[in-house]
Amino acid sequence: MVTTPLLPSDYLDLVSPLRAGADLCGRIEAVHPETGDAATVVIRPGRGWRGHTAGQYVRIGVDVDGVRLWRAYSLTSPTHRRDGRVTITVKAIPDGKVSNHLVRRVKPGTLVQLDHPTGDFVLPQARPAKVFYLTAGSGITPVMGMLRDSELDDVVMVHCAPRPQDVIFRNELHDLVAEKKLRLIEVHTDTDGMLDIARLDELVPDWAERETWACGPAGLLDAAEGHWTGHGVQERLHTERFRPGIVVAGDGGEVTFSASGKTVAADGATPLLDIGEEAGVLMPSGCRMGICFGCVTPLKAGAVRDLRTGGITEAEPGVLIQTCVSAAAGPCDIER
Amino acid sequence: MTAIDPTAHLTSEQIEELGRELDAIRDEVIAGRGEKDAAYIRKVIAAQRKLELVSRGVLLFSIFPPAWLLGTAGLSVAKIMDNMEIGHNILHGQWDWMRDPKIHSTTWEWDHVSPSEQWKHSHNELHHTYTNVIGKDNDLGYGIMRVDEDQKWHPFHLGQPLWNFLNACFFEYGIAAYDLELGKNLHKRRRKTPEFRARAKAVGRKIRKQVLKDYVIHPLLSGPSFLPTLAATFTANLVRNLWTHSVIMCGHFPEGVQVFERRSIEGETRGQWYLRQMMGSANISGSKAMHFMTGNLSHQIEHHLFPDLPSNRYAEVAVKVRALFEKYELEYVTGPLPKQVFSAWHKVFRLALPNKETKAGAPDHGKELVAA
Repeated sequence: MVTTPLLPSDYLDLVSPLRAGADLCGRIEAVHPETGDAATVVIRPGRGWRGHTAGQYVRIGVDVDGVRLWRAYSLTSPTHRRDGRVTITVKAIPDGKVSNHLVRRVKPGTLVQLDHPTGDFVLPQARPAKVFYLTAGSGITPVMGMLRDSELDDVVMVHCAPRPQDVIFRNELHDLVAEKKLRLIEVHTDTDGMLDIARLDELVPDWAERETWACGPAGLLDAAEGHWTGHGVQERLHTERFRPGIVVAGDGGEVTFSASGKTVAADGATPLLDIGEEAGVLMPSGCRMGICFGCVTPLKAGAVRDLRTGGITEAEPGVLIQTCVSAAAGPCDIER
Repeated sequence: MTAIDPTAHLTSEQIEELGRELDAIRDEVIAGRGEKDAAYIRKVIAAQRKLELVSRGVLLFSIFPPAWLLGTAGLSVAKIMDNMEIGHNILHGQWDWMRDPKIHSTTWEWDHVSPSEQWKHSHNELHHTYTNVIGKDNDLGYGIMRVDEDQKWHPFHLGQPLWNFLNACFFEYGIAAYDLELGKNLHKRRRKTPEFRARAKAVGRKIRKQVLKDYVIHPLLSGPSFLPTLAATFTANLVRNLWTHSVIMCGHFPEGVQVFERRSIEGETRGQWYLRQMMGSANISGSKAMHFMTGNLSHQIEHHLFPDLPSNRYAEVAVKVRALFEKYELEYVTGPLPKQVFSAWHKVFRLALPNKETKAGAPDHGKELVAA
């Protein structure tokens, strides 16, 4: 009542965004380069942070060119870090808006939005006797979180990267090898070629007896799943896939109105508002020309094209579109 | 309505070309939106909140006259900022592109008795789509005034200078009633529809909260300064209302602004829609501070062309828009605030009286202004 229509928290956020009870966010305190295109970002999470389990990932919302974008990154810090900071390790992918921003441009002091950590790519309570980590590229990040978190007796790791200098955490991995805490096999794909999954018999002869965690590009994981299933030991394999769906922007497509459970075909020129209304979906509407914002609706999946500018908007959490001036650019899911 | 159509010299090809040129201006701004713009609105919001906090803090001691003056002035400015540069523009979706759920047209609520949701419908949708179309755009005179010679005169209009003055003083309540379409809904039958009742309830809730905050809780918190704080919040609301009413009057009422017939917008093209916005709006000239305090509605013409572009960009857009006015030989109605306010009030007084007899043989009013 004292601050209506705002909440007291709107004022408190001005001075203490990391306080308990605030929307969860964190402050970037440092960015350490790991390789030419990867960096570790040190974040001090707000008081509401509930902690994580090694191997889990966190969704973080970063403002890039003024636009809030959300991405998921594995936590690479151990769970018992004394100073309460957590780290994520980010590899800049070509044209990746968020990854390039975090690796090359973000300044310490920046506030980022956080979700609570999640994911079941974690070690079980009862620690397995023999462990195998199969990783490639930035797929090493959740595994690094595990390696740093708990010491295991018998750990083998096969890691693929183009060149030695592309291996993230290489020095630390070699230290673990020197301390005999890890047996490491590096596959340098620029010189050795892509890893042939059949070579595992020679690289890690007892792979089938080991509890395995695999993380990397879809090709590697598909091959691993086939291999483990082929040998009847698929229950020993745990995989984590990054970026599950890649949106292909086309011209028109199947539109799903998920709240009303309707799916209809749409061309690339008809506004989604009309498509929905024709399908009998109750659509909020207004000026029907893109000026009043009375028709904004969440885009849950897929991509749409702005009929005025031709610009493509891809689904991401929190993305709302103006249905009166947007058409399907490939299959999409509208929350109506 | 003027007797001469100021757009008669344009061919329909020219009007469509004008539309394309305006689209290009819009696209350029959209492509260039970025970090600086986001930082701007966040800075303005933070500044507004700090100013309001400090002012209300000072008012706790408003029993001392200097504190009263300072706190009242600060609170007035904070309320103006909230309604104009922040609220009006966020509710237009100008900042939706940032994808920040806290600064978004679907979540924002403002320091105003009209709930955001209702205001967005009557303002963004009705007023901005049907700008200055008599019978469609009720912003023309808010249903209580006659603002054009072509509107039928009624003895009720004799009092319109007084209605307008009262509306200015209690502008936020006027807007809330207007958003509710109270006039139309006072008939018993309409009053009972569940839809109207729900909306009226929402307004009632909002008014209760606002009144409780401004006229009960904060004065009570001030203890011995109860009465001075009460007077201060009342004054701040009055100042804000008078100010916003003046700014908004300048947007469409000054002499030189065109109004349109319902028939004229049938089958309107994009170019014609743009042209109607250009001829139906007026600007206020002045300093940067002036533009800021009007929420950049001093760039009303640009705002009506591009209601969803971030307000901080209107000044740069205005230069290009004005060049188009010149290129197409159209009148860009603008002037300093006192002149525009006077012009608008002059019209209110003039149209309170019935029109003077039109001379026999005088040309009929230019009715199809745009859709010619």
